[in-house]
Amino acid sequence: MNNQSILKLSGLEPLIVTPESNFVNVGERTNVTGSRAFLRMIKEGDFESALAVARDQVEGGAQIIDINMDEGMIDGKEAMVKFLNLIASEPDIARVPIMIDSSKWEIIEAGLKCIQGKGVVNSISLKEGESNFIAQAKKIKRYGAAVIVMAFDENGQADNFERRIEICKRSYDILVDVVGFSKNDIIFDPNIFPVATGMEEHNNNAVDFFRATKWIRENLPGAHVSGGVSNVSFSFRGNDKVREAMHSAFLYHAIQHGMDMGIVNPTMLEVYDDIDKSLLEYVEDVLLNRRSDATERLLEYAETVKGEGKKKEVDLSWRQNNVNERLSYALVKGIVEFIDEDVEECRKQFERPIQVIEGPLMDGMNVVGDLFGSGKMFLPQVVKSARVMKKAVAYLLPFIEAEKDGKQSFSGKILMATVKGDVHDIGKNIVSVVLGCNNYQVVDLGVMVPTEKIIETAIKENVDVIGLSGLITPSLDEMVTVAKEMERANLSIPLMIGGATTSKVHTAVKIEQNYTKGQTVHVLDASRSVTVVESLLGPKKEQFVKDLKADYDRLREHHAKSRANKELLSLSAARNNQYTINFKQDDIVKPKKIGITKIEDLDLAHLVPYIDWTPFFQAWELHGKFPAILSDEIVGNEASKLFEDAQNMLTKIVSEKWLQAKAVVGLFPANSVGDDIEIYSDETRNHVIHTQFTLRQQTKKAEGQPNLALSDFIAPKSSNMNDYIGAFVVTTGGGLDEKVAEFENDHDDYNAILLKALADRFAEAFAEFLHEYTRKELWGYASDELLSNEELIRESYRGIRPAPGYPACPDHTEKIGLFEILNATEITGVSLTESLAMLPVSSVSGWYFGHPEAKYFGLGKITEEQVQDLAKRKNQIFEECEKWLRPVIA
Amino acid sequence: MHKVTELLKERILVLDGAMGTMIQRHKLEEEDFRKGWFENHQHPLKGNNDLLSLTRPDIIEDIHRKYFEAGADIVETNTFSGTWIAQADYGLEHAVYDINLYSAQLAKKVANEFTVLQPNKPRFVAGSIGPTNRTASISPDVNDPGYRAITFDELVGAYKDQVKALIEGGVDILLVETIFDTLNAKAALFAIDEVFGELNIELPIMVSGTITDQSGRTLTGQTTEAFLISVSHMPLLTVGLNCALGASMMRPYLQVLNNKCEFGVSAHPNAGLPNEFGKYDETPEMMGVQIKEFLDEGLINIIGGCCGTTPEHIKVIADLAKNYSPRKIA
Repeated sequence: MNNQSILKLSGLEPLIVTPESNFVNVGERTNVTGSRAFLRMIKEGDFESALAVARDQVEGGAQIIDINMDEGMIDGKEAMVKFLNLIASEPDIARVPIMIDSSKWEIIEAGLKCIQGKGVVNSISLKEGESNFIAQAKKIKRYGAAVIVMAFDENGQADNFERRIEICKRSYDILVDVVGFSKNDIIFDPNIFPVATGMEEHNNNAVDFFRATKWIRENLPGAHVSGGVSNVSFSFRGNDKVREAMHSAFLYHAIQHGMDMGIVNPTMLEVYDDIDKSLLEYVEDVLLNRRSDATERLLEYAETVKGEGKKKEVDLSWRQNNVNERLSYALVKGIVEFIDEDVEECRKQFERPIQVIEGPLMDGMNVVGDLFGSGKMFLPQVVKSARVMKKAVAYLLPFIEAEKDGKQSFSGKILMATVKGDVHDIGKNIVSVVLGCNNYQVVDLGVMVPTEKIIETAIKENVDVIGLSGLITPSLDEMVTVAKEMERANLSIPLMIGGATTSKVHTAVKIEQNYTKGQTVHVLDASRSVTVVESLLGPKKEQFVKDLKADYDRLREHHAKSRANKELLSLSAARNNQYTINFKQDDIVKPKKIGITKIEDLDLAHLVPYIDWTPFFQAWELHGKFPAILSDEIVGNEASKLFEDAQNMLTKIVSEKWLQAKAVVGLFPANSVGDDIEIYSDETRNHVIHTQFTLRQQTKKAEGQPNLALSDFIAPKSSNMNDYIGAFVVTTGGGLDEKVAEFENDHDDYNAILLKALADRFAEAFAEFLHEYTRKELWGYASDELLSNEELIRESYRGIRPAPGYPACPDHTEKIGLFEILNATEITGVSLTESLAMLPVSSVSGWYFGHPEAKYFGLGKITEEQVQDLAKRKNQIFEECEKWLRPVIA
Repeated sequence: MHKVTELLKERILVLDGAMGTMIQRHKLEEEDFRKGWFENHQHPLKGNNDLLSLTRPDIIEDIHRKYFEAGADIVETNTFSGTWIAQADYGLEHAVYDINLYSAQLAKKVANEFTVLQPNKPRFVAGSIGPTNRTASISPDVNDPGYRAITFDELVGAYKDQVKALIEGGVDILLVETIFDTLNAKAALFAIDEVFGELNIELPIMVSGTITDQSGRTLTGQTTEAFLISVSHMPLLTVGLNCALGASMMRPYLQVLNNKCEFGVSAHPNAGLPNEFGKYDETPEMMGVQIKEFLDEGLINIIGGCCGTTPEHIKVIADLAKNYSPRKIA
């Protein structure tokens, strides 16, 4: 065999066939002549399902997919072009090379114009003479494809050894010498014909094929051999057991003789070693034409095993189960594809459509709930299951509505809302999905929901539990307000509190005792929500509430004690212990560009390398550091799948510009005055455009440790040194809502949540990118900085970018001035809600401090004294100030 | 054998740097893009850089000259957008022939001047064939993934017009570059093959793909190796990479080409990644450090620069390349 016979093909990825390669399996189900189901899809224009067939094959291990649209009833050329164009947008299919299969040249040529990879033409031959053959081969070469040549000439199809090698040799010589075709790109199909037909002249069909294959591989250097295997067992249609054995045995021998690729239905294949020994002997007698009565003996044997056969296709075996099991399987595996037909089938079995939901669908979701509860399923899978459920329910809805009293019986009704002023809802949506999966009816009021609306809806809808969510710190206060108002409204509905900044302690100390008629409970994460709701509504509610109250009492007590223990310094003592930088003008770099710089519509591709993935997985409650999480023993599998979905979506976000990235940066002269930072319009430093009021740590520090405030990092006015500060707002939220709505309208929470989580990552990446750009360019104090993405995430660069509302400056109201001096709302479209959350949600804002000694810190608790002082500095009433700072006041 | 093909075995050849970056140095106005040719044209033409070969040949000539002076062996014609497809945005489909013909003649004139003065360092012109602004593999309509804004046949037609005019103008090499959709490139190669057949001529062909980011794939999703396989059906002078990435980020994908490519390997990276104003920040020295790594590893047959690179960059690169022998071509 020729060692140079390396066939190189490509889809999005390469496929290299070398003499050492295993047999290359060509998927054959996307063929209208071979699959009735596929033909029906194409006829009906159901390309969605047709793509699913292709995807299945690739997932099932097909290394090339053969596509054939030769059918009298369809426009083959149009169907070929459309299907190939659609495949081009499906990376999980397009990764393998395409085999364009047609007996019509015009269809082949139309197909060649659609594939960017190097595919295979199936097939051409000398059937219509040399000139035709040459012209077609030249074109194929020009299009850059490999070719299958049938052993067929002007006199017909080769049906014995001699004719096979004669035609193949002649074809080969023309291709190589006349056309200049690459030897390695020639694949022969020396015709696989049926055996055991009862006609004597067919007895040697398989043997002739084997011999011809061997001859080709030895005498036509570079060339490969392929064929359609199922032909060989044509006489045994209906007897899968025999057919499967024949296919395996045929392949076994063909490969031995040098066949290196072929069209094989993997589900119609027995493992060679597993073939019943006596059957194998009969089959091989036939294939190898070893005895004259071989056919009779195999036929006799076949009678005894009729109807048997290997279990159906591995990947779709679940389709054989009864409809209830299928629904359950689809729900657990998150498979949307068959849900409509299965639900329809199921609907007919029940008296009323609602019973489908109450019966099999809920049974399936209970399985999901149990698996999730016991840690055998992870959040991304559950969200996919929910998508299936939603589609099923959406299908049934019209039928249910057609009945007058069609009502689903739920285990309970839950109101979910992100509180007033807050726009973050990834977590809330996940909880909604998880509750929905567990047969709770969820009334989701969305984001920025005013207290009155929550209460009004709760009463009107007669809900069983209210769930509040929020991410920014002012939301903590808003939740207190909701609790107080619920008390006033005389409600006794249990109240759930959740969201990133919420905590059990905060719930115990600030919320629970304000709502005495109903029970308040903090829910740590989505996976706990079902247990909590079950406990609140179930028979053991009394005990649960009792335990909870005891727990919260203890927490309050503990908190009071620790508060008493924790010594806070007086404001003046803290100020006396401030961080004193020995400011030198040399350490301060004057920004290259003073004033405002706008960035409009940055190409998202720039941001991809800056993405920090670890928080992305946290959003899905998969905990661990990226990339180690992908190989984590417990969550690695799901994390990898999620990551793959994220990568696919990421590609689309970037290439199809789903999101718009905008930003504004301002760099200004500034000096500190006490704990304040004065920001000036220009270098004269006469006109203060904004005063930033910073807060100082008051916790008693160890010897030598300072009590920090951000103002410490800016040179004091009294030093007469010219210092500077920066401010920025970035957003990648433009276009987000529209796209999320598209997914939600399709009942696709999984992708809606995925997109939101990615948009958040993009915003953070943008902030990181912009900070780097500022350091290197706009400000330019680190023009020689060269850091890897990891180093960026570790923040091992000079300077900080603290954000209002976060640990170093918890005062959200600082955003107002920051936005004003940047004219940020007009430039970026980002606005502030009444709780000073940024809208759109995927936005980041903050200050830039450039001094080498500037560092991040957490403010910790402060005293009322500092709040009084701040109110005076800001010329604000104390209560207003207190309201915003409540979470940090001791 | 073509002279370039011979030289490629002996030494590393240096390609020029960015055209656009150099044009930006002149603060050009609308009238510069019209002068003498398109005075009364209805569409605004500012930014249609290819026209400058006609309207301000002095500028383009000077840029070619600067690159040759810096040590480039090959300059690219100012024809990146010289197809009717790309010119359609300006309503200048009919100008394609002139753009390509005059651009090629202009570059060839300068090349000849240098060759005469320095016969042991002959200079060449590569006809730049850009990707057009439409893709044959991607639908511009998210809701209709099966739709295409351009067909393979239209691309072939457009590329044939360009290639014919470039050849008529006297280019030595054809450079299909900045390939983000391999199907577009295959159409360009198809067109070139047809033109070669029609004119009974053959020129060396350089093919240069664009890996868009660190995923290591083209915009249409191909890996570097899949891209290589997809364009290897023609005899090529080089297969390489250009644009989108700075040199250091391009290196892993050049290593793939180095290992798998039976032709020469070329690279013309950007001067780093663009900042948000579309400017490139890497100094000639910064870029030189990275290019030196390519050379140390023996990855290169032809080296140059793409967006953001200037004659100063090319000078550093050419001075470096002198000291190295070229990658061995299988």
